[in-house]
Amino acid sequence: MTARISRWPGIELTAADLHEGKVTQTRFRPDAKYAWSAGEAMSRFLEELQNGRLIARTCRKCARVLFPPRMFCEECFRPTDAWTYIRDTGTIETFSISYLDTDARRIPEPILVGVVSLDGASPKMGMMHYFGGMTKDEIRIGMRVKAVWKPKEERRGSVLDILGFRPLGEGES
Amino acid sequence: MRKVGVIGAGMTLFRRRLQETGKEMCFEATKMALDSAGLTRADVDTVVCGTAPDAFDGVAMKGEYLLDGCGGYRKPYTRVFTGGGTGVFSTIAGWWHVASGLADVALVVNEEKMSSCQPHPQSVFAHIWDPILDRPLKPNLVWIFAMEMNRYMTVYGVKKEDIARVAVKNKRNAVGHPCAQLADPNITVDDVLNSEVMAWPVQRLDISPPSDGASAVVLASEDFIRKRRIKDRAWISGVGWCIDSTMWTDRDLVFPEYVARAAKMAYKMAKIDEPRRQIDFAEPYDPFDYKELHHLEGLLLADKGEAPVLTREGVTERDGKMPVCPSGGLLGVGNPIAATMGMKIGELFWQLTGQAGKRQIPREVHTGVSQAWGDLMQYGSVVVMRA
Repeated sequence: MTARISRWPGIELTAADLHEGKVTQTRFRPDAKYAWSAGEAMSRFLEELQNGRLIARTCRKCARVLFPPRMFCEECFRPTDAWTYIRDTGTIETFSISYLDTDARRIPEPILVGVVSLDGASPKMGMMHYFGGMTKDEIRIGMRVKAVWKPKEERRGSVLDILGFRPLGEGES
Repeated sequence: MRKVGVIGAGMTLFRRRLQETGKEMCFEATKMALDSAGLTRADVDTVVCGTAPDAFDGVAMKGEYLLDGCGGYRKPYTRVFTGGGTGVFSTIAGWWHVASGLADVALVVNEEKMSSCQPHPQSVFAHIWDPILDRPLKPNLVWIFAMEMNRYMTVYGVKKEDIARVAVKNKRNAVGHPCAQLADPNITVDDVLNSEVMAWPVQRLDISPPSDGASAVVLASEDFIRKRRIKDRAWISGVGWCIDSTMWTDRDLVFPEYVARAAKMAYKMAKIDEPRRQIDFAEPYDPFDYKELHHLEGLLLADKGEAPVLTREGVTERDGKMPVCPSGGLLGVGNPIAATMGMKIGELFWQLTGQAGKRQIPREVHTGVSQAWGDLMQYGSVVVMRA
């Protein structure tokens, strides 16, 4: 009862308390390692990335071209039907200019990152990736872009086989 | 289904770091909630614990770890977790125990101790992303918000200063909250706009901070409330929850469809067909300022793209036509994920029973809605409560 309660529990510790060692604590660093199964759809997707191609699955029932590819359609709840290649061009749906890395550490040069919907997949379907070949002032939602692939011999079957997406040139496809 | 009322609530201070362990925090919040309802542990039939990933505390099986502090031992006890949505969802889980007739009294205890994870819980958030598609890109959780916020701003042409008004309102509202971590009576829109850019368009003061904290509520059946002659109660009149596909790069982030579906489910149960007219105030989930706007639209309390206009016009101020986050929200009180129940369910209870003190909405309120959000821009949970 906020109006009737006078003591709110909780003893605050400051960052200084911590740094000066006034706080009893114990430290533990987990050492867990994982080997994820890529699965049926993603294994083929990663294999095709090494060939410089993006692949999707089609569902005959809802007539969608599903990207990222999946072995079952979550909408129709049935197995998907066939593989189909889509294009490596698309449209920036949204983006961020990030000054944070994975551990929330500050980085001086921002990362341009966002979602690109890909040509040939059903509307709005795409992937998260980096953007390059443009400045933070040039990037905008709706910009047409194209994948920049790593040299073939450096591809390892990872989304990082694409370095990022760059602006699509005039008349280019 | 039986009628269920909230009859007590409690919470600890929300701070970046508390000395208390998770169990101790749970005990404090639970004891306060039971005391406020005039009940003891012996009156409790079942306990629901809501808490986010084990990795924050660094203790696996966190539900079991917190058990004693939640007053749950030797009782039917369940831990629930729906990401950030837990802040409202755990009450729904408590509700169904009582509504079904399985229990007369259900205790709901939510806890988060985010300070255990060093140097920052951000590294744990990284584990929510898909290991094959997303994680090689080394994503940061703030990216989710930045991408969603940018889409929202761009599609509707929303100005950043109109979004910043939400942070200003909530941090000012929090001045009246005894547990608040980031209350600021003097904050201005310029302070928000001039704060450090984290991941544009998200700046430091657009974000709620990580916190330690616990909260608890006591739910009881109508029969029990009558028999015990409990006066301070607020009825749960509607509940709803919904989750969208994990394929988050396949949907337009501009509108939270899953929140709208959860809201419609709750409104139907509460017999609300005109939410803007029938709901007096709202406590939507506001981990970031634009999320309050996004969620007001998902809750059908504003047309698409209209929430920033309502905010600019003062409609959502505590003395406005539709007060939003009168508690101070996550932006002002703090964001110990599941424990934000203290501002979502707890605040509805306190407002509807006239116990909110300095935060009390200055007119009579009969119906409030609270909502929480979580996972990969996927999950919505909604509770409607009436005086």
